[in-house]
Amino acid sequence: MKGWQQFWRQLSLFGLLALVLTGCGKDELSALKPSGPVAAMQYDLMKLSSAIMIGVFIVVMLIFTYVLIRYRKRPGQQGIPKQVEGNHALEILWTVIPFLLLIVMAVPTVTTGFALHEEYPKEEALQVKVTAHQFWWEFEYPDLGVATAQDLVLPVGKKVQFHLTSADVMHAFWIPALGGKIDTNPGQENKMWLQADKTGIFYGKCAELCGASHALMDFKVEVMDQAAFDKWIDGMKGVQSKDPAVATSPGAAQGQEIFNKSCLGCHAVAGKGGKLGPNLTNFADRERVAGILEHTPENVAKWLKDPQKEKTGNNMPNLNLDDAQVKALVEYMSTLSVK
Amino acid sequence: MSAHASHAPAPKRSGLWDWLTTVDHKKIAILYLIAGGIFFLAGGFEALLIRLQLMYPESQVVGAGLFNELITMHGTTMIFLAVMPVIFALMNAVVPLQIGARDVAFPFVNALGFWLFFFGGLLLNTSWFLGGAPDAGWTSYTTLALNQYSGRGVDFYVLGLQIAGLGTLIGGINFLVTIINMRAPGMTFMRMPMFTWASFVTSGLILFAFPAITVGLVLLMFDRLFGGNFFNPDAGGNVIIWEHLFWIFGHPEVYILILPAFGIISEVVSTFSKKRLFGYSSMVFATALIGFLGFMVWAHHMFTTGLGAIANTLFGLATMLIAVPTGIKIFNWLLTMWGGQITFPTANLWAVGFIPTFTIGGMTGVMLAVPPADYQYHDSYFVVAHFHYVIVGGLVSGLFAGLYYWWPKMFGKMLNEKLGKWNFWTFFIGFHLTFFPQHFLGLMGMPRRVYTFLKGQDLDVGNFISTIGVFGMTIGTILFLVNVVVSAKGKRAVADPWDGRTLEWTIPSPPPEYNFAQTPLVRGLDAFWIEKMAGNKGMTPAEPLGDIHMPSPSFLPFLMSVGLFIAGYGFMYHNYVVVVIGLLVTFGCMFARSVKDDPGYHIHEDEIEEKGVKA
Ligand code: HEC
Ligand SMILES: [Cu+2]
Repeated sequence: MKGWQQFWRQLSLFGLLALVLTGCGKDELSALKPSGPVAAMQYDLMKLSSAIMIGVFIVVMLIFTYVLIRYRKRPGQQGIPKQVEGNHALEILWTVIPFLLLIVMAVPTVTTGFALHEEYPKEEALQVKVTAHQFWWEFEYPDLGVATAQDLVLPVGKKVQFHLTSADVMHAFWIPALGGKIDTNPGQENKMWLQADKTGIFYGKCAELCGASHALMDFKVEVMDQAAFDKWIDGMKGVQSKDPAVATSPGAAQGQEIFNKSCLGCHAVAGKGGKLGPNLTNFADRERVAGILEHTPENVAKWLKDPQKEKTGNNMPNLNLDDAQVKALVEYMSTLSVK
Repeated sequence: MSAHASHAPAPKRSGLWDWLTTVDHKKIAILYLIAGGIFFLAGGFEALLIRLQLMYPESQVVGAGLFNELITMHGTTMIFLAVMPVIFALMNAVVPLQIGARDVAFPFVNALGFWLFFFGGLLLNTSWFLGGAPDAGWTSYTTLALNQYSGRGVDFYVLGLQIAGLGTLIGGINFLVTIINMRAPGMTFMRMPMFTWASFVTSGLILFAFPAITVGLVLLMFDRLFGGNFFNPDAGGNVIIWEHLFWIFGHPEVYILILPAFGIISEVVSTFSKKRLFGYSSMVFATALIGFLGFMVWAHHMFTTGLGAIANTLFGLATMLIAVPTGIKIFNWLLTMWGGQITFPTANLWAVGFIPTFTIGGMTGVMLAVPPADYQYHDSYFVVAHFHYVIVGGLVSGLFAGLYYWWPKMFGKMLNEKLGKWNFWTFFIGFHLTFFPQHFLGLMGMPRRVYTFLKGQDLDVGNFISTIGVFGMTIGTILFLVNVVVSAKGKRAVADPWDGRTLEWTIPSPPPEYNFAQTPLVRGLDAFWIEKMAGNKGMTPAEPLGDIHMPSPSFLPFLMSVGLFIAGYGFMYHNYVVVVIGLLVTFGCMFARSVKDDPGYHIHEDEIEEKGVKA
């Protein structure tokens, strides 16, 4: 029986594969590339626990291999092996050692656990209210009087205290590179803090099955330095305290007319509009359309033509717009910017 | 034995009718195996489609909606309708033989348990043809599983699982009573084979865990069918209660599944090392402790629910503790092999392959028990990898080991060794190829239950490799089926093909319907091995040869289950006439069973000797 040889060959292959894979992972997305203190603490715990576990695994595998090589029945081997009942010393040994290893893991588990559940008041942290919807994200900065959607904008190096809930089913809010996830439960508020230590774009995901387009419930986190953030807030506040600006170019004006008629009931722009769909005040500044499509005029048009095709089961109906209407809307929407 | 039991010979039944009315634990085992096997193929096919969809980014093999139906049905089918029944198949086939009993304590209830499971599973699967399968995940978290957010399919989930779960519950009770009451003389608790011990603890877990899901399903049924508001936050309901009820059942369920696998591995490793199990009493203790701790840790499935730091930390630490008894088991298996003469027929290949695979699954389990780190792992592919390591790499390997090991006893035929080895290696390699990369996919930011992933997220390679692995598992499964077919024409099995240590190997393969012509006298752990070492041919009988009392076959278990099956549709479609008809059938059968005296029948002493199957 050459089984064990094959087994080892295969296991080393996996080791290799593991190395290749760990090297990968996108900076913006991977939990293995932490970009903030929360993710970093979690990464440290992952490293500690996997190091201990890999140590145990190696011990198990050494004994395993030795036993399989040494004690397989040889041709012509006779007699009956000694029937051993047990060995108290050994059995105590492998009860106590794992126990000690667990204590090594338990201590940081407890300390980190409580550190992550700290709650920061508005003097110490930016407060952000997150409301999850099938299949999009609403973000409000209650102390600053600003609301947005899909793209979460944060200042770098500052703690952010999230208050999370859901408008429909359960979702989970997850920005792997910044920290672990927490569920958004309808009818309840959960709290979590995060902090980004690098500027740039990070990827956020919904991690709880929430319906047909759960896979497409992505969002982006845009982290900027404090000055840029303050400027963004000022821009948003300036626009959202007033009625929507009147579009100037003829195409956009036509688009705005359609928008006011068919879209404003669900979508807010500036200080006006409904809350059934994402706030579009700064739509033109966003990374993606509907969280998933690259932000190009073609993709905006594609979305408007048939939102159900891009995201099955989402709550924006197909409004049966003709090409001219779509074109006008795309032009109008490209003016929705605060930058 | 009732004095007025009839001395008429057994009513001769043949073919299909025999299978529909049997109360013989050995035949019920085969029924469980066939039904579980068919559901396993269905669940496996669903898995294949899932992985094909995820082979490439943004692919459209199945749509978003269908994908959610597939993952829901894959999980539900595999847990409730595939691995549970195969476990019950082995428990039925083996436990009575291992304790020297002629049947289980309640043969009628045993049949009822099977038919309830079967019709529950059937009801659930008819959803594919009646407007769509459930699509809220096998966990069916509210509020997604409420009417507003999901289709009729979830009704099938609720009623199908309710009926199947009843079957499992009474099956568990039956085995508890059987193991407590029906052991042969001398078979003390601390002489019971490890698989029997595992079945005993598993049955206990079933008894305490299944009522939780029963309650949960009743509440969900009220919410969905009768406008209840238990889980509806808009009407003052609470969405978290379902999570608790589900996992108070769901976590022990994990141990309900894995403990029998531990039992199988213990038997197989010991037999093929030609050594008694190392540290038997610590194994028993570890099994019981795992079962006990299994009830203390359900909230580790809910670390991200928002229970707070204290609850999370306590549940996390409790979960870590389970690593200790589990580690004891792994080292005991290694030391059982130490100093032995290990041979590697397919059964032992599976058992030996189980050890490293399960160790990996157990290790990721400990990692998941660290709540702050779990906030990253939770609901990501890391978790998917973890539980498939435990359930497929662990449990399914264990079940294959058990099937190759006990197949001769169940069917009187040997499975082909060459095919068996191919079966093992293709499945084993395919398994690791599928699930090992998924650990990293999760850490790299891939949530679970996503029907697709976008390009440009560095998730392509891992998903591609993962899908390739599935082909290995598929080939392995097909080879097993081929092996089953080939074995029908293959070698006849002798009574004791593996030089076994326990009582089931003292009787012919397959055993006669009364199992033991004379109840054996048990003189220690590994009862048969003791006799072999003492130079005895077989067991010393504990009773003189005499007439054997047998329970009569009955069609009532089948009918009772059909009644609930019909009533289930009545509930779903709000047709109360159908409900009443269905319940009348069920309760009518119960009434008939209660008033009709059924004394069973006897097998005559000379009939036993004629067949030449004296133990
Ligand atoms: C019934 C309410 C409703 C109406 C009417 C509606 N929408 Fe939407 N819209 C939504 C919802 C809900 C979403 C979020 C979809 C998702 O991502 O799940 C959305 C998303 C969008 C997005 C993507 C937003 C982003 O931040 O990426 C755009 C653009 C958009 N709608 C434009 C329009 C326009 C233009 C109209 C009018 C022609 C319109 N919508 C009418 C509900 C509506
Ligand atoms: Cu979601």
